[in-house]
Amino acid sequence: MSETAEKVKKIVVEHLGVEEAKVTPEASFIDDLGADSLDTVELVMAFEEAFGVEIPDDAAEKIQTVKDAIDFIEKSQASA
Amino acid sequence: MFAQGLAPRRVVVTGMGIVSPLGLGVDHVWKRLVSGESGIGPITHFDVKDLPAKIAGQVPDGKKDEGGLDLGEWIPVKDQKKMDRFIQLAWVAAEEAIQDSGWMPEDEPSRIATGVMIGSGIGGLETIQEASALVASGRTRRLSPFFIPSALVNLASGQVSIKYGFKGPNHSAVTACATGVHAIGDAARLIALGDADVMVAGGAEAAICELGIGGFCAARALSTGFNDNPTAASRPWDKERDGFVMGEGAGVLVLEELEHAKARGAKIYAEVVGYGISGDAHHITSPAEDGSGGFRAMESALRSAGLAPGDVQYVNAHGTSTPMGDDIELSAVERLFGEDGKKVAMSSTKSAVGHLLGAAGAVEAIFSIQAIRDNVAPPTLNLEDPSRESVIDRVPKEAQQRPIDVALSNSFGFGGTNASVIFRRAP
Repeated sequence: MSETAEKVKKIVVEHLGVEEAKVTPEASFIDDLGADSLDTVELVMAFEEAFGVEIPDDAAEKIQTVKDAIDFIEKSQASA
Repeated sequence: MFAQGLAPRRVVVTGMGIVSPLGLGVDHVWKRLVSGESGIGPITHFDVKDLPAKIAGQVPDGKKDEGGLDLGEWIPVKDQKKMDRFIQLAWVAAEEAIQDSGWMPEDEPSRIATGVMIGSGIGGLETIQEASALVASGRTRRLSPFFIPSALVNLASGQVSIKYGFKGPNHSAVTACATGVHAIGDAARLIALGDADVMVAGGAEAAICELGIGGFCAARALSTGFNDNPTAASRPWDKERDGFVMGEGAGVLVLEELEHAKARGAKIYAEVVGYGISGDAHHITSPAEDGSGGFRAMESALRSAGLAPGDVQYVNAHGTSTPMGDDIELSAVERLFGEDGKKVAMSSTKSAVGHLLGAAGAVEAIFSIQAIRDNVAPPTLNLEDPSRESVIDRVPKEAQQRPIDVALSNSFGFGGTNASVIFRRAP
């Protein structure tokens, strides 16, 4: 697992209070990890803070799974 | 009621929960209160060097079975950050009260017949303070999506309603330091008038932060002369009193329609027999000098109870330990009771826990009910040398064993709002 993936996983565990094993790449924040719409807003903010990236609202809406988050962050870091 | 002209129904108390500077749990807190312990100490969780008041009544940390608060035992970590401390304290007190009442309905009609009315004087002040710091540092975009639902006063009721699935009235009182009594009185009326069969009612406050202490200091309301001797700072009616000591906590009652409680075999602690409210129309922070507002609230509570002053054996005073307010209330009580004043005991439990603002009325309602249950008037600590004499026994320093069937509790708030509630021994 990449460093980004590890860090994303840690943030998700912390913010949603879920077991680490449940945070698979395919896991959906809302359907699998018990998040509501406010939780996802907060998660995105936590990603922004932790990785120093900006995630615009329209991009944030597309981040539904753990993998979506990792991909977006890795892409922004590569282009930065 | 209204067009149908239905008669009001009787309302009883079937559950109680408390979080206070004397700890958690009604029995634990009451025992400490009656034995004359104080919950006032130095403020520990932020730096007070810029503040003239450096003491408060803080909820002690500790495990549940030691009477302390360890949030992890009560609220999932991921939910804790969605609520200001005042909501967390309400959550804990509500859990104790609801468990105590045994009323945890699973069926839809019962849930619809159960409501919540937990108020707060100020709401999420510390949350607002932290959020304002983000704005001031140019980080407005970092505001949490949980900022608003964490700070809103009515979210104490909202969170409790969601947790237990209570779908009846979801309401909240906000009347500064009269909040707790207003919540209990208004919730009792909702039951009396048929809007609900059961109401989880009370108040919660957690304003011990720079904004809260600094704000009340600016209004010259807090004690500043006893920073080195915290347990002596809250001294209602004493000559040396110099302001109130802020406390934090929550008090929650389960109120229930009498027949509903009897039908399910609930234990009944007391009946809510009277409730009276009034306005001073005088000043934003000072009570009317003649005490007429408090007088009318008490008078109206007695009228609604169908009782005379002589029927009341214990008064839990508002008695905040401010130079002006204490004697004004005393005069109003003397005037109301007249000759019967000689027979009544009146104490201020704020001497032990401080002033819990919006939670005060709810916590003091519990103390009043306990006074009836045990026939004990809890003491007014630090009442060494009263600023004036009175025929009314203010229970100085030590609790008194005396027959108490009826207790009245007063709460008065900024804005000139007054509320009195009367409890009577269980029918």
